[in-house]
Amino acid sequence: MKKILTCAVLVLAMAASAFGAGFKIGGTGPLTGGAAIYGTAAMRGAQIAVDEINASGGEIQFELRYEDDTHDAEKAVNAYNALKDWGMQVSLGSVTSKPAEATAAENFSDRIFALTPSASSAAVTEGKDNVFQMCFVDPNQGTASAQYIASKNLAKKVAIIWKNDDVYSKGIRDTFVEKAPEVGLEVVSETTFADGNDTDFSVQLTEAKEKGAELVFLPMYYQPASLILAQAQAMGYAPKWFGVDGMDGILTMEGFDKALAEGVMLLTPFNADAKDEKTQKFVAEYQKRFGEIPNQFAADGYDCVYAYCQALAQAKATPDMDAEALCPKMIEQFTTMTFNGVTGENVKWAANGEVTKDPKGMVIKDGAYVGLD
Amino acid sequence: MIFLNYFISGISLGSIYAIIALGYTMVYGIAKMLNFAHGDVIMVGGYVCFYAVSRYGLNPFLGVAVAMLLCTILGIIVERLAYKPLRQAPSLAVLITAIGMSYFLQNTALLLWSSNPKVFPSIIGRGAFKLFDGALSVSHVTVLTIATCLVIMVVLSLFIGKTRLGKAMRACSEDKGAAQLMGINVNATISMTFAIGSGLAAIAGALLCSAYPTLMPTTGALPGIKAFTAAVFGGIGSVPGAFLGGLMLGVIEIFAKAYISSQLSDAVVFAVLIVVLLVKPAGLLGRMTQEKV
Repeated sequence: MKKILTCAVLVLAMAASAFGAGFKIGGTGPLTGGAAIYGTAAMRGAQIAVDEINASGGEIQFELRYEDDTHDAEKAVNAYNALKDWGMQVSLGSVTSKPAEATAAENFSDRIFALTPSASSAAVTEGKDNVFQMCFVDPNQGTASAQYIASKNLAKKVAIIWKNDDVYSKGIRDTFVEKAPEVGLEVVSETTFADGNDTDFSVQLTEAKEKGAELVFLPMYYQPASLILAQAQAMGYAPKWFGVDGMDGILTMEGFDKALAEGVMLLTPFNADAKDEKTQKFVAEYQKRFGEIPNQFAADGYDCVYAYCQALAQAKATPDMDAEALCPKMIEQFTTMTFNGVTGENVKWAANGEVTKDPKGMVIKDGAYVGLD
Repeated sequence: MIFLNYFISGISLGSIYAIIALGYTMVYGIAKMLNFAHGDVIMVGGYVCFYAVSRYGLNPFLGVAVAMLLCTILGIIVERLAYKPLRQAPSLAVLITAIGMSYFLQNTALLLWSSNPKVFPSIIGRGAFKLFDGALSVSHVTVLTIATCLVIMVVLSLFIGKTRLGKAMRACSEDKGAAQLMGINVNATISMTFAIGSGLAAIAGALLCSAYPTLMPTTGALPGIKAFTAAVFGGIGSVPGAFLGGLMLGVIEIFAKAYISSQLSDAVVFAVLIVVLLVKPAGLLGRMTQEKV
């Protein structure tokens, strides 16, 4: 009996290794916790891409594994180590900025190439030749937002509410404030909040209202933004609202009154309404599997896997190469190739890991994201 | 006018601190322990209320009643499992246990309800009273919170001052050993205190989430710490002190944000706390007691 069992186990093990002859691709992200919407979306997007690529039966096959980091830097490093033990060959870094800064340092010292779907702080890639981003760096979002607001003539007087203990929020705010005077925007009010101080926004809103701001810029994640929208409504203050990619996800909060977000604008590289075939196929598959419209994070995760697929194929990489051998090949590919995905056409990377592509303006209308242009 | 607006914002924030601080201070006043899990019982109350109202369509006030019932039971269980075995242990051990309990509740909530923030349906809507042609607005939740605080304060004072059980509570607070010799069931009395404290936490949870509607497993933790500060500010152990401390903390916080800097508001709040404690070490309305060695 024991022998039969051993044989069975051996056969199974062999079968597993034969099936698993793909590149091991791993990432960490908040699958639970306050930022879980981002992590889950990126993971699901990546999973769809992996399944599509594997089903197409091409040369490049993938095995995907995501570990939970609860948007915590320390847990992210533990999660990263678990992935390293599993044998990760190329990495998807982390989904959110704070944890990604921690795991990117590990990626750099272990020489495991990383392409993060959505960690947008500049510190993630800074000084690391093998860490790349699929999303804009924060500073670009601030600059792009200011330009967008000015070019569409949305407002002249702008108020900013930002979170001063968060690199993501601060990075966007800094470049926005820098760019604003150049494009003719006047920042009339600038107020902050921080962890532990993020429930009451009456002061920030009153100040913006008193100073006559026509538009309030919210470089933050959606959870405090939902409170701001509710409190502004209670105050009877109705300026234009402008968010960045962290605002993406506000509509999927359980119990959120979607009417509050009516007219909220945000800059994001992904538009689920886009009519191109690639986007529509992805959106349809995502909806079929998970019953909701994919947000930008899902699209970033999806694009990351396809970008890897293209880079690995062009580099003629094989799954038996270890992470260290793949790393220089990936650096070479990513700094030279041009990628077309659902988050943008002609996506290119600079040697410092930053991506260039055009952001799209979106507005929330009748409880859904609609393209502004 | 804008000053008044800020003042009202301060009162509404402070009333939330006050109602949480009442629970802290009552348990401290009688059981002489800091129940750091109080903020997390508040969070559980919020979730129970959320599910009762938005999933099962209960009347909001009935939802609060259900939350009170469940939180009271939870309080009794927590007390029985975590605090009762440590009745004779040094107070530091109990304090650490309470912190542990707080994490335990938060993480259980993570498992049960996941971390995706939920938006709490206000128990009395999001309306506001408009004064001076809308230049000032006081939300209904604020009025309800202050009214609830006052009612709870009066009822608690009457209960502690006038009833037999209240007398037993005061006796336990003064001297556990002597109380036991006089035939008071000290264990049962302290358990009772926790049960009441947890019931109050459920009310605080519903009001907290009505005012600031996102609900997450960590919702109770930070307001809990602020409310604890408010209780110390007002004199921990004193019921009116908790109310006063809560309101003052809220007003100071909002004024600091508005007139000094939104980045420094917490620093200002705690600086004021330090000054108050330097001048009046027992807090605004606290009684100085001589520690017997």
